[in-house]
Amino acid sequence: MSIIEECARPVDKNSIKGIPAPVLINLYKTMVKIRLVEDYIGRLVSGGKIKTPCHLYIGQEAVAAGICAHLKKDDLVFSTHRSHGHYIAKGGGLNGLMAEVFGKVTGCSRGRGGSMHIASLDKGLLGSSAIVGGTVPLAVGAALSFFLQNKKSVSLSFFGDGATNEGVLYESLNFASLKKLPVIFVCENNFYSTHMHISKIQSIMNLYKIGELFNIPSFRINGYNVIEVYTRTKDIIENVRQNRKPAFIEAITYRWRGHVGPDWDLDKEIRSKEEVYWWVKNCSIRRFEKILLDEDILDSSSRKSIFKEIRGEIKDAVNFSKKSPYPKANELGDVFSS
Amino acid sequence: MRKISYARAINETLHQLMHKDKKIILMGQGVTSPWYVGTTTVGLVEKFGSDRVIDTPVAENSITGIAAGLGLSGMKPILVHPRMDFMHYAMDQIANHIANWHFMFGGQHKMSIVMWSIINRGGEQAAQHSQALQGIFMHIPGLKIVMPSNPYDAKGLLVSAVRDNNPVLFIDDRWLYQSTGYVPRDLYAVPIGKAGTIIKGRDVTIIANSYMTVKACKAAQILKKEGISAEVIDLRSIKPFDTALIAESVRKTGRVVVADGGWRTCGVAAEICAFISEKLFKYLKAPTERVTLPDAPAPASSVLEKAYYPDENSIAKAVKKHIKIELSRFLPGVSIIPAAKSLRSTATVGPRLPSASPRGERREASGGRRRIK
Repeated sequence: MSIIEECARPVDKNSIKGIPAPVLINLYKTMVKIRLVEDYIGRLVSGGKIKTPCHLYIGQEAVAAGICAHLKKDDLVFSTHRSHGHYIAKGGGLNGLMAEVFGKVTGCSRGRGGSMHIASLDKGLLGSSAIVGGTVPLAVGAALSFFLQNKKSVSLSFFGDGATNEGVLYESLNFASLKKLPVIFVCENNFYSTHMHISKIQSIMNLYKIGELFNIPSFRINGYNVIEVYTRTKDIIENVRQNRKPAFIEAITYRWRGHVGPDWDLDKEIRSKEEVYWWVKNCSIRRFEKILLDEDILDSSSRKSIFKEIRGEIKDAVNFSKKSPYPKANELGDVFSS
Repeated sequence: MRKISYARAINETLHQLMHKDKKIILMGQGVTSPWYVGTTTVGLVEKFGSDRVIDTPVAENSITGIAAGLGLSGMKPILVHPRMDFMHYAMDQIANHIANWHFMFGGQHKMSIVMWSIINRGGEQAAQHSQALQGIFMHIPGLKIVMPSNPYDAKGLLVSAVRDNNPVLFIDDRWLYQSTGYVPRDLYAVPIGKAGTIIKGRDVTIIANSYMTVKACKAAQILKKEGISAEVIDLRSIKPFDTALIAESVRKTGRVVVADGGWRTCGVAAEICAFISEKLFKYLKAPTERVTLPDAPAPASSVLEKAYYPDENSIAKAVKKHIKIELSRFLPGVSIIPAAKSLRSTATVGPRLPSASPRGERREASGGRRRIK
């Protein structure tokens, strides 16, 4: 079975055995939250309510939810232009995210960063860069800091398949391996680098092998099945934490929408309708939800209340954003720290 | 007070700072090798170990990002780029990440990093081993830039750079490494953004930085013999630069020559001249003048190098051209200062390439001669 076919497989009921119900519910909640928030933001973009370029995470929820479930408060995460999912999974508040995309001063970056520059110092998301591969060395630097201070924390770098074409990734992998640093490189392979299929831009199709080139323990995981993400990365991350050496994870996933904005990009000769529909039909949240319902971990009323709760939270965040003031022009003078 | 070399002042400062603050990490290419950074890092790895003195692979962009990651997560990196030319590789981390980080995330972060950048030129090293890139970095918001000219300032500015919570480029010139000066033993800070008046004068203000300050002082001596009293200001910091001290001097002298060891177009000298033109125009008695590298890559051959790098004579010539134009404007045909006679034969400015002297420059010079006759 190819890795893509595996992505569509129903979640095996044996695979959730041994995972406590509250953990499963939390994974589910995180995924649903990312989905609903991103869907809402997509509609804000369509409706012209917000202008900042939003790169939606819809379809990739299992990766952020499954991995961040193992991270502690002091672990540091660095993200990309597609950062909303990572922010939510790391515990970032919706008010800060929503106000940021509205360009309000109450946003997590005071309206200066917009959708592509989301950060939460409190929650350990140290920043997200719109330059492909740009935050990879920052994560290595944070890992070096943990190493030097003898801390048991890890740092984690999310990047896309497109970043495997950037030289800085290879430089960073080399240094992390050379110095045995506690950093986890997570390549979210959604098969597209903006408008280009991975097969058109990358000569190595098994992206996890890039990590192996640098003697870094490297893994390919099914990033379309949150249980597999959760179960497999648990050991990987624990190993990095205990043994102070890096790991490389290629998570196979799929972004439902186009590179940027809410459009599905079905008419741009980038990808076929059939391809997109196949991934949508095999939605990772639906497949996970089914097993939770089948195993009585979730019932229809608790499912309903989860949706209601998250929708309420989104509504509150939107109201908060709308009521918040825009930044004043004197913000432009805040170029340096005191 | 003792007299020590510039290189020794840096070495001593690094020892003292690293001893005092365990969070300081020195990293970069060649930090354990005299081949790269001269004697400035002698004894550091022996004293502080290879965890805190990290000699890195040749991977400028990632190493710069890694240092930034250290700075973001509570450490204090001093990252050395032993040859500025290679910083072009690191431009993404410097310009897109380090410089923007504080502003872009609403001021949540302190991007605390010192980028010790060394201009290493001369010796027929040619275009890729000679660059002085302060102008490029000066253009980018979010970076502070200091450029010491002597051992005392090297120590004091390095201390300030390390204590600052922002990205600071500490740019020094290998040509200064052997120069000596009085340096206190204890740590002290020379504030970022404050220039210094090195020589007091009344006829003209020469504004310089780093190695060009040394040349400006020599130029002032040449000019003194010819009856011209030059004030020399050492910028020390080029971003932010000390507008108050410049204004004070220009109001007094009304004439300005800016000397910088980088390129001419959009360079440090251009920026200082623009500031003076915008804010101090009414005090000017003559146009501002720039002494810089020509807009050409650095050559190898010693003969071309000699033509390429401006020196004290280039600065003295620029000053005299300045005063000459003023004479021709206010007193056509009249020469009132004793030096004026000698001015007529030395009216070109800046470095002149032997076979390819810029035409405009020559015309300008000869035009000047015509006007003064």
